[in-house]
Amino acid sequence: MSNSTKQLEKVVIKFAGDSGDGMQLTGTQFTQTAALFGNDISTFPDFPAEIRAPQGTLAGVSGFQLHFGSVNIYSPGDACDVLVAMNAAALKANLRSLSETGIIIANVSGFDAKNLRLAGYADGDNPIENGSLSKYQLITMDVTKMTRNALNESGLGTKEIDRAKNMFVLGFLYWMYQRPLENTVRFIEEKFTKKPDIRDANLKVLKAGYYYGDTTETFTTRFQVNPATMKPGVYRNIMGNQATAMGLIAAGELSGLSIYYGTYPITPASDILHELSKHKNFGVKTYQAEDEIAAICASIGASFGGSFGVTASSGPGIALKGEAMGLAVMLELPLLVINVQRGGPSTGLPTKTEQSDLMQAYYGRNGEAPMPIVSASSPSDCFESVIEACRLAIEFMTPVIFLSDGYIANGAEPWKFPDASSLNPIRFSFAKEYNGENTYLPYKRNEKLARPWAIPGTPGLEHRIGGLEKQDETGNVSYDPENHEKMVNLREAKIEGIAKHIPKQKVDTGNEKGKLLVLTWGSSYGITKSAVLKARAEGLDVSHTHLRYLKPFPENLGEILYSFEKVLMPEMNRGQLVRIIRDKYMVPAIAYNKVQGMPFSVSEVLEKIKEQF
Amino acid sequence: MSQTIESKKEYTSKELSTDQEVRWCPGCGDYSILKQVQTIVPEFGIPRENLVFISGIGCSSRFPYYMETYGMHSIHGRATTFATGLKSSRPELSVWIVSGDGDSMSIGGNHFIHLLRRNLDVNLLLFNNQIYGLTKGQYSPTSETGKVTKSTPMGSIDHPFNPSALALGADATFVARSMDRDPKHMQELLRRSYHHKGASFLEIYQNCNVFNDGAFFIYTDKETKKAEALFVENNKPLVFGANDEKGILLDGFKPVVVNLTEGKYTADDLWIHDERDRVKAGILSRFFDDPKMENHFPRPFGVFYVSDRSCYEDELNKQISKAIELKGKGNLNALIRGKEVWEIAG
Repeated sequence: MSNSTKQLEKVVIKFAGDSGDGMQLTGTQFTQTAALFGNDISTFPDFPAEIRAPQGTLAGVSGFQLHFGSVNIYSPGDACDVLVAMNAAALKANLRSLSETGIIIANVSGFDAKNLRLAGYADGDNPIENGSLSKYQLITMDVTKMTRNALNESGLGTKEIDRAKNMFVLGFLYWMYQRPLENTVRFIEEKFTKKPDIRDANLKVLKAGYYYGDTTETFTTRFQVNPATMKPGVYRNIMGNQATAMGLIAAGELSGLSIYYGTYPITPASDILHELSKHKNFGVKTYQAEDEIAAICASIGASFGGSFGVTASSGPGIALKGEAMGLAVMLELPLLVINVQRGGPSTGLPTKTEQSDLMQAYYGRNGEAPMPIVSASSPSDCFESVIEACRLAIEFMTPVIFLSDGYIANGAEPWKFPDASSLNPIRFSFAKEYNGENTYLPYKRNEKLARPWAIPGTPGLEHRIGGLEKQDETGNVSYDPENHEKMVNLREAKIEGIAKHIPKQKVDTGNEKGKLLVLTWGSSYGITKSAVLKARAEGLDVSHTHLRYLKPFPENLGEILYSFEKVLMPEMNRGQLVRIIRDKYMVPAIAYNKVQGMPFSVSEVLEKIKEQF
Repeated sequence: MSQTIESKKEYTSKELSTDQEVRWCPGCGDYSILKQVQTIVPEFGIPRENLVFISGIGCSSRFPYYMETYGMHSIHGRATTFATGLKSSRPELSVWIVSGDGDSMSIGGNHFIHLLRRNLDVNLLLFNNQIYGLTKGQYSPTSETGKVTKSTPMGSIDHPFNPSALALGADATFVARSMDRDPKHMQELLRRSYHHKGASFLEIYQNCNVFNDGAFFIYTDKETKKAEALFVENNKPLVFGANDEKGILLDGFKPVVVNLTEGKYTADDLWIHDERDRVKAGILSRFFDDPKMENHFPRPFGVFYVSDRSCYEDELNKQISKAIELKGKGNLNALIRGKEVWEIAG
């Protein structure tokens, strides 16, 4: 049988099923295979907070969205071209994100009476049979049954057999998009070295899925998505939290300081801990503390001792760390506080994304307690931006906040990774000598207003630090009113002075001046860039600039803002950066907000851009 | 600027004092503790630069400002956590935690038990005065039930913590108690704390002469001390009383106070203190009666329990060495590159 092949520039696939169906794994495997093939990619995992939410229900649907193409991809895509629905709930939860002409691949046994009832379909109203999906291209297959048939002689139990059904779907999609199986075969072989029967079962089902596409006549079109024309170089696939962990290790190597990572498990930051704890051979010390407060305090203790203390959490944990951050501001010790933001307030939406902790990062401490803030724009950008955050902390003797979010943390993209030798060293030195008249002055500042770092074990420089207000230079406790104001101003001036030591802000897309500037931070980068490129292709005079440094801002940010008639600021919050920008630069920036635990879609931002003209 | 300063192993108590004026209330028990620490530490032969005193918040926590060593006056209840980070990253330092009953038993209760179970090789001094002094006189988690204070005008309804029982419950490897008014005893116990490899928990009964004056006089005053305080020593029988006329024996697991002058019992019948007996230490720590109660047990002082268990910082470093041994020292380029790469030709 011959199949026709259709060339496509880009495709968005959504894998959706029960949280136990292995959709994340299926998505990750397809991503890797697409990446190794040379496509540009962007992914967006979307899963419930519960590890095993009630089976078959809408609450239990776990999804993985993958956008890959032969053209540049900046976002996980708006509407899906293909929806893989392992059960009725998965279909119901994701149908609205399917494009009008999309393909549905439905697992028939996931649409039995029980599954239909759990998904809230009326009795006897099966969407894959009643014609309601007629505008889509519906491909039904009984994945469960075929997986069982493939493995009926494997000697495995039904439960174990059913667990392999995601491999059938993956195999089928590999056939559909003409992808080689090798990468996944290798993955399965490595993962199940110690369980040969499970390994063989997965391999068999993967191939069964592939051959199913090859031999059945139900489906005759295959698609081809050629490799993207990306900048020449060597690439790998990278997820945000992974890149953050690597950036921390790199910062340790670049500074010569050992990394002390004190943390407490929290979604979506825990993967940084998992990744770091695999790399103890870099001398990285990971410490899983009894709570969020102990985690940051242990890291401060390590910094006091001459390591580089790092702590990470998400919003609720960051709230708990507030007092200790204030202490770090007072102690003027290097420290990195990572916030992988999620939907809030309170426990909020642990597995969903949001940018709503910016005000917390700016102001979430008692007293005047300024901290520099650096943010990441994409999964791979975490690497470089977290190194930058470490550099500021060490060179300026200050705690720094690094903002990532759930979308960046779990998202993946190809990364043209740098050679370690191209990374700039982080320069600092420990104090060894008196800096005063036969005495050591722990709060005597250098030209950057940073104080010296004398660590225990250094003879003659014994000194005491603490949370009480410090006398200028000596660091002794002081309640003097003028001294307090002076110290408050010095601490602020030190942080503001960082602006002189960071790169100037650049316009990312479009002209240096014009009608509309779209200003973004964090994970809105890729989506906004796509929207701005589209708008420009339609002839609109719009530019895009994206902030990595949120405090202090680059020195020339004002000039850029004043060069445009209007400034539009999409943020996944109620309008946080926009208030700071209005306050600081007195520009009537227009807020565009979405607080749904979901990133913007390109079309939403594009629509908003058009409204400005 | 002068040359790098040389390390000194020998120094006097005086050289351990800073130029900062000590700001505790005149007559405070903290003065004695500071003095005993400054007296005893020079004998350890640790260069001053390798000593670190870390405190939380409260009267006791002013301590580091008066020690000419490295020090940190941190935040309320968390001294143990800063010490954990410091000791696990710099195991060669001698780390001392100074804390109070509010700091360690209330706001920092969680960190207190976790420090003990992890068994970092640090010394934790708990200045217990059974009152909040710095905030001017509220009851603390170690105040006795019924305590009338500013925040409990009708008497406290809280059941107090028994710090040594709590420490044993957290699997502490060194549990001891001393008092501010017995310098010799305190010095000896500070010495023992220092020499114990592991987290040493030393509770020190400390008089707050402003807000809780006399809380421990029954154990510290000459007239009542011998009858009310039981000084335990390893391998020695449990004897107390104005004329050492009383002893404690164990009837099964039940402690019984007996008279040694009536001819029925001699010292040979008594409970012989064994610092390494976890069960007996548990019973001893429960000698926590209200001294106003009739037939109450005396309050024990001394080292209740000692055991050896590996220290967190040593295990942490062992894992790092092992990882290096297995995988070789980390190579940043290899890490960044990962397992799977592809090349886009130019």
